Amino acid sequence: MRLTCPSCGSRGLEEFTYRGDASVRRPAADASEQAWVDYVYLRDNPCGRHQELWYHGAGCRSWLVVTRDTRTHEIFDVRNARDVALTERQTDAGQGEIA
Amino acid sequence: MQTNRYSLFSLLWEACRGNTGWKPAWRKAEPSGPYDFIIVGGGGHGLATAYYLAKRYGGKRIAVVEKGWIGGGNVGRNTTIVRSNYLLPGNEPFYECSMKLWEGLEQDINYNAMVSQRGVLNLFHNDAQRAAYIRRGNSMILHGADAVLLDAEAVREKIPFLNFNDARFPIKGGLLQPRGGTVRHDAVAWGYARAADRLGVDIIENCEMTGLRIEQGRAVGIETTKGFIAAGKIGLACAGNSSRVAAMAGLRLPIESHVLQAFVSEGLKPFIDCVVTFGAGHFYISQSDKGGLVFGGDIDGYNSYAQRGNLPVIEDVCEGGMALMPRIGRVRLLRHWGGLMDMSMDGSPIIDHTPVDGLYLNAGWCYGGFKATPASGLCFAHLLARDEPHPVATAYRLDRFARGAVIDEKGMGAQPNLH
Amino acid sequence: MSAAPAQIFRVRSGNGVDTSQTLHFSFDGKTYTGHPGDTLASALLAHGVRLFGRSFKYHRPRGLLSAGPEEPNALVELRDGARREPNTRVTVVELFDGLNASSQNRWPSLSFDALGMNGLFTSVLGAGFYYKTFMWPASFWEKLYEPMIRRAAGLGRAADEADPDLYEKSTAFCDVLVVGSGPAGLAAALAAGRSGARVILCEQDALPGGRLRDESATLDGKAGWQWAEQVRQELAGMPEVRVMTRTCVFGAYDGGTYGALERVADHVALPKDGQPRQRLWRIVARECVMATGAIERPVVFPNNDRPGVMLAGAVRTYLNRFGVSPGRKAVLYICNDDGLRTALDLRRAGVAIAAIVDSRPAGVGGGAQVASQCGAAFFPGGAIADCYGHSGVKAVLVRDASGKARSIACDLVAMSGGWSPNVALATHLGNRPVWHDDLCAFLPSTLPPGMVAAGAAAGVFDTAEALHDGAVAGQRAAVACGFAATLPVLPEAEPTRYAIRALFHALKGVPSAKKAKAFVDFQNDVTAKDVALAAREGFVSVEHLKRYTTLGMATDQGKTSNINALALLAEITERTIPQTGTTLIRPPVQPVAIEALAGPHRGTHFKPTRLPPTHQWAEEQGAVFTANGLWMRAQWFPRSGETDWLETVSREVRTVREAVGFCDVTTLGKIDIQGPDAAEFLNRIYVNAWLKLAVGRVRYGLMLREDGFAYDDGTTARLGENHYVMTTTTANAGGVMAHLEFCHQWLWPELDVQFISVTDEWAQIAVAGPKSRAVLEKIVDASFDLSNEAFPYMAAAELTVCGGVAARLFRLSFSGELAYELAVPARYGDALARLLMKVGEPFGIAPYGTEALGVLRIEKGHPAGPELNGQTTAHDLGMGRLLSTKKDFIGSRMAQRPALTDPARPTLIGIQPVNPEDMLVAGSHLLPQGASATATSDQGWLSSVAWSPSVGSWIGLGFLTNGPARKGEIVSVHNLLAGTIIAARIVDPVFVDPKGERLHG
Repeated sequence: MRLTCPSCGSRGLEEFTYRGDASVRRPAADASEQAWVDYVYLRDNPCGRHQELWYHGAGCRSWLVVTRDTRTHEIFDVRNARDVALTERQTDAGQGEIA
Repeated sequence: MQTNRYSLFSLLWEACRGNTGWKPAWRKAEPSGPYDFIIVGGGGHGLATAYYLAKRYGGKRIAVVEKGWIGGGNVGRNTTIVRSNYLLPGNEPFYECSMKLWEGLEQDINYNAMVSQRGVLNLFHNDAQRAAYIRRGNSMILHGADAVLLDAEAVREKIPFLNFNDARFPIKGGLLQPRGGTVRHDAVAWGYARAADRLGVDIIENCEMTGLRIEQGRAVGIETTKGFIAAGKIGLACAGNSSRVAAMAGLRLPIESHVLQAFVSEGLKPFIDCVVTFGAGHFYISQSDKGGLVFGGDIDGYNSYAQRGNLPVIEDVCEGGMALMPRIGRVRLLRHWGGLMDMSMDGSPIIDHTPVDGLYLNAGWCYGGFKATPASGLCFAHLLARDEPHPVATAYRLDRFARGAVIDEKGMGAQPNLH
Repeated sequence: MSAAPAQIFRVRSGNGVDTSQTLHFSFDGKTYTGHPGDTLASALLAHGVRLFGRSFKYHRPRGLLSAGPEEPNALVELRDGARREPNTRVTVVELFDGLNASSQNRWPSLSFDALGMNGLFTSVLGAGFYYKTFMWPASFWEKLYEPMIRRAAGLGRAADEADPDLYEKSTAFCDVLVVGSGPAGLAAALAAGRSGARVILCEQDALPGGRLRDESATLDGKAGWQWAEQVRQELAGMPEVRVMTRTCVFGAYDGGTYGALERVADHVALPKDGQPRQRLWRIVARECVMATGAIERPVVFPNNDRPGVMLAGAVRTYLNRFGVSPGRKAVLYICNDDGLRTALDLRRAGVAIAAIVDSRPAGVGGGAQVASQCGAAFFPGGAIADCYGHSGVKAVLVRDASGKARSIACDLVAMSGGWSPNVALATHLGNRPVWHDDLCAFLPSTLPPGMVAAGAAAGVFDTAEALHDGAVAGQRAAVACGFAATLPVLPEAEPTRYAIRALFHALKGVPSAKKAKAFVDFQNDVTAKDVALAAREGFVSVEHLKRYTTLGMATDQGKTSNINALALLAEITERTIPQTGTTLIRPPVQPVAIEALAGPHRGTHFKPTRLPPTHQWAEEQGAVFTANGLWMRAQWFPRSGETDWLETVSREVRTVREAVGFCDVTTLGKIDIQGPDAAEFLNRIYVNAWLKLAVGRVRYGLMLREDGFAYDDGTTARLGENHYVMTTTTANAGGVMAHLEFCHQWLWPELDVQFISVTDEWAQIAVAGPKSRAVLEKIVDASFDLSNEAFPYMAAAELTVCGGVAARLFRLSFSGELAYELAVPARYGDALARLLMKVGEPFGIAPYGTEALGVLRIEKGHPAGPELNGQTTAHDLGMGRLLSTKKDFIGSRMAQRPALTDPARPTLIGIQPVNPEDMLVAGSHLLPQGASATATSDQGWLSSVAWSPSVGSWIGLGFLTNGPARKGEIVSVHNLLAGTIIAARIVDPVFVDPKGERLHG
């Protein structure tokens, strides 16, 4: 598998580490207990298109939001996580899906 | 007359008449609901559940529905290791219960699954690992299991061809569980299927669950590719597909599906007598009764439903093998494949009822489900029959994540790919 | 050794063999000759050797079935000693002078094998017999049955020792990868290569050409292989094209990544000095043309495994490429016209054709014409009903269309059940091939992204069509990569006809079929009867059949057996082949040596070794080293006269407590943090408060994971208004760095802060002990005031040392003594250690290693790795009060869950044996005194232990239920693994200077 890092170009899997679902959002400190348990523990774990976080640890150290098919491993999109997070804040689009 | 019972006598008798009298190992059943219990998933755990429900809990009208052929998932694609060398009190009684069931399994189900207690040896390479293994070994003995601490010399005596010459991480010793070993994995599925079948369980293959029917908050049956099947209680034993099936009930689980690769070499004259686990890399190995080296390592580490992995882990596993056991260098890798792991958030399983009445869950086995097969079946059967957890599975509740009572053997936290 | 017999079956010159040179080799101790270009198979065959091996279960005598990597029968142990390679297919071993091979899985010899008697019990030893017996009594499995089975198991023997040869890994990138150099592959490479695209052409064989080498057919009126050579030369002249022979593309992986194995030096006696034996290639290709050809199928008939029964195509390979005839008198058994070429080629080489048995009805195909050309008896609609000759074919029983049988003498049976496209690579990513009735073959349907099949691999068997198909595939692949590719002019090929009619077995209505064994999987001895038995017992899915009978699981992975088995099963269960299914073909395409996949990462090079800056100096001091993750660290520094490590370590500890010692702590992670929001960021990362830390001060910090459990700890110093430097534990240095980046980039991108790891930039040395200030005064430049008032406990400063060297000084103490950590640029680390030794000498300075470091911290009750094991909470570590309730930090919410704050959780305690001489062992469990050793009484464990010279006793840190409330209680310390129980007292975890007065001195 290869990911096209926005800073470094197409790189092999061995340069990256995986974290998991990028569709969950850290709740506010005063959010409900359930919201926190959901955030830390519950996952959609879809069979198909999945937004997920990867870290280019052996490259530019960028965290990336990757859209990938969990059945075929096809990669649709790779973005800088920071850009995604900043855009979300600006548009206040908030939960889940990335435009 | 058809031959039903397996024995040396029946084998000779059938040989004399051209092996024409053997009965099918299990009937090809079609749905004939309503059932008292439907187990979704015809893998090792599902089949064992059905067997123990019928055998030990007096269950009647039981069906196992399987989307493909039984035993086609992880029970048929693992590295065949059985052991009960766990650290934490939530886990160890359960896995020791499983070990004891393995020890009597073949006579119980009249099927030779080649339960081979050849020992499982976990190596350590520094003082901190030694301390962790001493803690674990003591825990095992306190729970009635067996454990022996070996120093480097004792390890060398047992397996002289490990790398004692130029190892990057020299072997300092190992924790041996003599009762651990291997079991012929496919035979477990077939053996349970055959035994369950003889007790009247309907094993319905090529029947995929497509939906769950819930009436007034209670699950009343499942929609399948062979139509609706009504049931009093429904048990999900779907391993890597647990999240997909649970989603039919509107549930999200503390589970991610990951790929774990496994490897087998060409057949060789046997020279590895026990299961060996490398402590300084991700690698474990045993040798089958056919002569193939069966080995594996870490999961690939990303969510996947693809049942196959990629080169970095393949290389990593082989590097671990070479670091541990240099003489296997010219031995050839024959085949590698991947299995779908239901990696839970704390690395430990779940056997519990769900928020939906009548719907029960058996999942989160990570890469350790095979060794758990008998106890998982027994405990799930217990839960289904009695609506309370089996005494050795009381820690495997779904609400443990909310409470914080996680069972985190590796201390990696809520990140499935690190367990 | 006897004299080399003559090569009596070398009937002519082959296109791949150089008969002008002679090579000598030995097989089972007997010496033979061959020529460059021979395989071990062709060279032995030239001498009339027919018996090559024994089968797995029944130990049947076996000869060559094929001439390629699909060979199931002829496996040997190649070379010897540390280079012994078991299960090596003789058909792919290139001959070299001095080659040495032995047969395997036979005792006492290949010609007489005692276990051949297994064949007498076949009706008992049928498929899956072992599942039905060996169950009583249970303990006999390990004692009797299994050892018996294991003695018979396996084929060849692994080498007894480590392989001395070298292995390499490489990565290559290209536009178009062409796999296979038959007509289609060469045409594809030509089309793509001429466009300027970067092309890699991989050929597993030593020579390009594929079947062009095996056939007598011509291209443009010349031998086909000559065209292949000509194309190879043209390709070699193209700067962007790389032709890799002896390179098998063994697997397709995600993202256009392919695994390939290059056999660099397998064809010579020994690799040249420094040359690898094999090289693993990871090839990244934008497009891939799979031109992998096809594999011929055998036919299942009684005793079809006799040596001398071969694939028809393989017979042509031996004749045309190697100039060797596998027999003197042949019978053909075919179902397609391709097989008829064998008759013509044999005839041309002067081999008699006794009969052509064609399963097709009269009038279909060209059998009658070829038979008359060759003077062979012709049996349209016929079958081979049996085969005679124990260790080599002597005759076959031929049944004609009317059912009449007759015996025909022969020493060679050339069979063709048709060709199966070699679609393995196309299925590795989960794409299932589709059955085509007209071709009797599975063909790729959907292919992995960027892959296209061409030529025989795509079911295009005619040479002219395959050339065109390959050229189109190569052209399209190059165009897809943005190159203006055109179709090359292709050579004229002779037209061929395939005209296949399905033939998988010849068992219907054959009386002998009931008794005799008709093999489906040769190596694993799976017969047609086994398939029937499996079906009878309900194993009717292909996956079940495979697993129950072991069909397709041998070293050839069913290359010649899977489809016949599927067809048999379909027939038995009255389904079509597509209804019966197919199994995916798993990588690798050919078996790959484990060491090739490991490459150079073995022995001491298994993982990289990190050395702290004082390593060389420590070596000179005679230090003993220990691995700490990837780091090598000095564990202790023995002095002459010291009898054991404990004496050394105790002396080092006393030196720190009484005078001064120093220790390289460079391995701790060091992260430079800068930005206006750095303080706010730290405040969210650590559990304690950080907003008010003054410039020039250091603070201890604890990090949790988001799930509320302790993650890492360390100190962070504020060096400037917007500048901090954080230390982490050695183990988590990389993890914390990724964690900080995650929190910043993903959780709080609005914060203006940046990080960089400076672990390797700074050499950091702890100088500890009551005289540490006095020592440092000799090092820091005079302008810096080291007094307790000016530089108190937990102070930090940037300063200069040794007359202007930039340095950082932290007044930190892990030991509990007056202590400092001094950081200098890494290149000065070695000099600093030497200087400390010199200036510290009057104060009695000594270096100390990680072991003394551990003793010192245990004496002070500081948690480290064994306590911060990812399972403990701040509360467990006695640091519950650190958790701020006034802010949000990572883990703040989850840490409040009931199970994490339960006072009954095992909590950090100190422990001291009642008898000071009693040794504590880390990992022991803590039980109430007098309680029986069962899990219900288990209340905790010992995490770290040490002999404390300061206390004069063994001491330990551990975790105990309700620990802090139980100080003074005596518990039992159980180490059941050693059978010891020790009485020990629960004490405060701080054993030395509990009030912390020394720190502030």
